[in-house]
Amino acid sequence: MTIEIKENTAIQQAVDEAIKRYGIKQDELIPILNDVNRAIGFLPGEALDEISKQLKLPKSQLFSVASFYRMLSTKPRGRHVIQFCENAPCHVAGGRQVWQALVDEIHLNAEETSADGKWSLVTTSCLGICGVGPVMIIDDDIFGNVDPKTIPDILSRYH
Amino acid sequence: MKYYRSHVLVCVDPECLKKGAHEVMDALQDELVAQGLIDEVQVLETSRIGDCAHGPELMVYPEGIHYANLTPNDIPYLVEEHFLKGRIATKFIDEQKKSTDEELSAPTAKEVRVVLRNCGVIDPDNIEDYIAEDGYQALGKVLTEDTPEQVIDIVLRSGLRGRGGAGFPTGKKWQFCRASAETPKYIICNADEGDPGAFMNRRVLEGDPHSVLEGMIIGAYAIGCNQGYIYCRAEYPIAVRTLNIAIKQARAMGLLGKNILGSGFDFDIEVRMGAGAFVCGEETALMSSIEGRRGEPRPRPPFPAVKGLFMKPSNINNVETFSNIPQIILRGPEWYASMGTEKSKGTKTFALAGDVKHTGLIEVPFGLTLREIVYDVGGGIKDDKDFKAIQTGGPMGGCLPKEYLDLSMDYEELAKAGSIMGSGGLVVMDEGTCMVDIARFFMEFIQDESCGKCTPCRVGTKRMLEILERICDGKGQPDDIDTLEMLCDQIRQDSLCGLGQGAPNPVVSTLKHFRDEYEAHIVEKRCPAKVCKALIRYEIIDGTCTGCTVCARNCPVSAISGERRQTHVIAPDVCIRCGICMQVCNFNAIVIQ
Repeated sequence: MTIEIKENTAIQQAVDEAIKRYGIKQDELIPILNDVNRAIGFLPGEALDEISKQLKLPKSQLFSVASFYRMLSTKPRGRHVIQFCENAPCHVAGGRQVWQALVDEIHLNAEETSADGKWSLVTTSCLGICGVGPVMIIDDDIFGNVDPKTIPDILSRYH
Repeated sequence: MKYYRSHVLVCVDPECLKKGAHEVMDALQDELVAQGLIDEVQVLETSRIGDCAHGPELMVYPEGIHYANLTPNDIPYLVEEHFLKGRIATKFIDEQKKSTDEELSAPTAKEVRVVLRNCGVIDPDNIEDYIAEDGYQALGKVLTEDTPEQVIDIVLRSGLRGRGGAGFPTGKKWQFCRASAETPKYIICNADEGDPGAFMNRRVLEGDPHSVLEGMIIGAYAIGCNQGYIYCRAEYPIAVRTLNIAIKQARAMGLLGKNILGSGFDFDIEVRMGAGAFVCGEETALMSSIEGRRGEPRPRPPFPAVKGLFMKPSNINNVETFSNIPQIILRGPEWYASMGTEKSKGTKTFALAGDVKHTGLIEVPFGLTLREIVYDVGGGIKDDKDFKAIQTGGPMGGCLPKEYLDLSMDYEELAKAGSIMGSGGLVVMDEGTCMVDIARFFMEFIQDESCGKCTPCRVGTKRMLEILERICDGKGQPDDIDTLEMLCDQIRQDSLCGLGQGAPNPVVSTLKHFRDEYEAHIVEKRCPAKVCKALIRYEIIDGTCTGCTVCARNCPVSAISGERRQTHVIAPDVCIRCGICMQVCNFNAIVIQ
């Protein structure tokens, strides 16, 4: 019970902060959702309810936006989110082998979250740093020139 | 502002900091003060000048000399040699490093830098650096000397065409928006550069943001609008940060806001971020996204110039288009039109990627041949392999084979060859590339990024992907090529936006130029490039194999058997074709059949 209340306060706080920052305007909806997603890790139903109330927008519209964009998630994500670039330049630079090494190491497929809540594995659109491909991002850290052999070492830096 | 004869850029990436970059920087400042050079040499912090392996490292401009492996004790000698005596301190030059910038190296003989001229040269976080390179002079000229109609006329005469891909004349676009009577009007910069492998716009936004702002302000003056938006993708956080700093500085100097340069013209810019949707690069989808909706395209007409953002007249141009504007105003439309071909004027930035020796950004006049770009600018194919194809125009572009190497790069010629200019991604592929696999790969991308609004694009691309996957899996059926061609036609005809209309292009172009590869996959169940896993077999050559057992010990599925000092054998049913055995074999005894 207490945990639930605590979570709700965190959601409320994240929503209030985002709306205070951008204002009550429909065209600020995506920045608001982005901020809340970043603060909580995903967009829980309670957050969408609250934003819908404050912005006076139907919840259906909020959900349609939240489910459209790749960076917004309506499902809980792991503590660490691995974004892997699987676009052509990284692909031809050896991305396929790196992806296999990654999948073998954490036993997840694309868009999955591990049972212990540690990892989420997602593919990302091109990050535009193709000069150092294959590229992946863990949380906010960018790794370039990734090699299948370096995967265990990189992953071991996260707890 | 102050002028300096030299600029020293010290790398302060985490790795260099760990190795003492700040100590080197402090020593440099102290030494410059001691030698009385501090007013002549400016020391700046920067990132990514090398790979930090030989840090602390720094760059000295305008010479462009890269010094590495420095300690604070080396600084007095370096300052004396380089800045006092004017000699290059060769002992600190990192021999292994020819280029200091992995994305943008010094221009080769065939390049002309207009859009990229300031990138890597000026400090993007300092508006004064831009002003020192004649920045905002074009804006001053326009606001004091030219009417909006004259500005549009200059842009028309320059022949500048939209660099987002479609190549619509920019001056015409401005004219249409100016002609709309309704107010307010909006000007939008499309910085949603989503094509995989294309990062020209990111580099301009991060390296020379003011050139884009200046282009936008001039555009706003020409069409008569007071509010601008830059829609930048969320995958580019540094570009967003740099833009926001640049906007703040421009406001502080009176170059944005009310009464710009005392001319009575008001204009301001806001940066909006996407949230990860490729289709938002399409202009109508982009506007929906700024409005806070799903980024789905709208039918045209009405065109944005009549009913665009918030249903008001809007003008939308790409980053590179805006970045060209100040130079066109300053150096004149005739200068700009003197570069390029009859219908494609000026220069174009490209991101060279794939199996080419020098990957990275280039800027060349229109009209260069593909051969010149791949071999003269790009240095040829990696490992001196054979050229197989070049993919132009991003995921909705096409693959051109070597018969097209002498094709001149301009909008019309590329379209005639069955590809597009697009925003400027160039992916070079060598002989080891399977074209069916590449087509499957691009279709996977498009299928994933289809917004889902139009059925032909949403369902059709999925069906095409399924067929391509089947072919790559060795389960292709005799009528697959016909079905693919039928789907290509229908998706192209019946989709609303450029994404759907361009979606079949990778398949259309590979079917046109590499039909035999499709047939080999379907009929002979063979992948000529030896890429598609289901169609290849790893084999150990009897006689070359020494029976060292390395392959057997490394095989993750124990598919390899054999006695020590005897030729080993791979069991094809167990083998998962991971290729590890081939990588670990010291005797090149394993081949792909």
